[in-house]
Amino acid sequence: MKNILVLITLLFVFSCKTENKTETAQTDEVKVEVSSTDDIKLEIHDFNGLEPYLNRGDDKTYVVNFWATWCAPCVKELPHFEELNKNYKDKNVEVMLVSLDFPSQYDKKLKPFIKKHDLQSKILVLDDVDMNTWIPKINENWDGAIPVTIIYNKDKREFYDRTFTYAELETELKQFLK
Amino acid sequence: MKFIKTLAVFAIVLVASAFTANTNSGSDGYEVGDIATDFKLKNIDGNMVSLADYKDAKGYIVVFTCNTCPYAIQYEDRIIALDKKYADKGFPVVAIMPNNPAVQPGDSEDAMKARAASKGFTFPYLFDEGQKIYPQYGATKTPHVYLLEKTKKGNVVRYIGAIDDNYKDADAVNTKYVEDAVDALIDGKDIKETKTRAIGCSIKV
Repeated sequence: MKNILVLITLLFVFSCKTENKTETAQTDEVKVEVSSTDDIKLEIHDFNGLEPYLNRGDDKTYVVNFWATWCAPCVKELPHFEELNKNYKDKNVEVMLVSLDFPSQYDKKLKPFIKKHDLQSKILVLDDVDMNTWIPKINENWDGAIPVTIIYNKDKREFYDRTFTYAELETELKQFLK
Repeated sequence: MKFIKTLAVFAIVLVASAFTANTNSGSDGYEVGDIATDFKLKNIDGNMVSLADYKDAKGYIVVFTCNTCPYAIQYEDRIIALDKKYADKGFPVVAIMPNNPAVQPGDSEDAMKARAASKGFTFPYLFDEGQKIYPQYGATKTPHVYLLEKTKKGNVVRYIGAIDDNYKDADAVNTKYVEDAVDALIDGKDIKETKTRAIGCSIKV
């Protein structure tokens, strides 16, 4: 009897817990200086080419962030992914930053951005116009707004339609490292 | 005891339904088949515009778009083309700029006016002042299209999503989602694809 009451109470408490509102604070447009970016070679894929990176079967945990230089909230949280990469790359974690920049912007914006911010995580570029086909393959509930992030390893996979602080990102990652 | 059991079952159902509601597509807003709200928003010419102003319309191509998003810019000419093609057939384009200009200065009213003038917009370009309308529709990004059909019950949402399947090159498009949907409405046929997805710029709040 008492147990049932406790159960009911617990259930109600649990049901009232609301999801954390995602902060989508903005920064100003990204300004990048033009400098020589000849040494930067982009790894460009269509979705078929990208898919293996989203389904590695090894022992690592992968943090995959979809971003673009034109996406202010993406640019704002990018340093947290870089920080995560720095702190966890020796702990069997790989961070991958998948850029959705337009091909016309690769030389004008994306390469200068990578150079200016000295990005150390693995950079992949997704160039596939048939978005209605590949977006649901990444997540059925994703409507296409970025940033989004996937964290996965061979046991577990989560899709995050939200932005992160460093602490939030690290907390999520630790769920995968247990 | 039986009462407690009933209560427990009730509680479980309540919790389950609460979670279902929460996880359903991640956000509120219209699904295809819902009745869309009308609005009264300020156009770039200073006049207030409502869907109800269009007495002869059979429906509306409501496009949430803005000045600053690269995808929206890629689609500007195609949005103008949609209006030119379908306004006379009873489906005018009504564009709504949902961003907060305090956060995105490139989408200020003056910038909207300038952009509409330089591109020669043939349709109203409305400012969602206070950002009250886009959340009701459930728009999350720009550009984001809601095709409405005027019925006795109200303006029914018939299609939600992208304009076509190639943002990069209008000449290389395979499927013109919005045109196909409007054509189907005009011909009284079923719309093949009622919901599509595309990358876009999140609405700036």
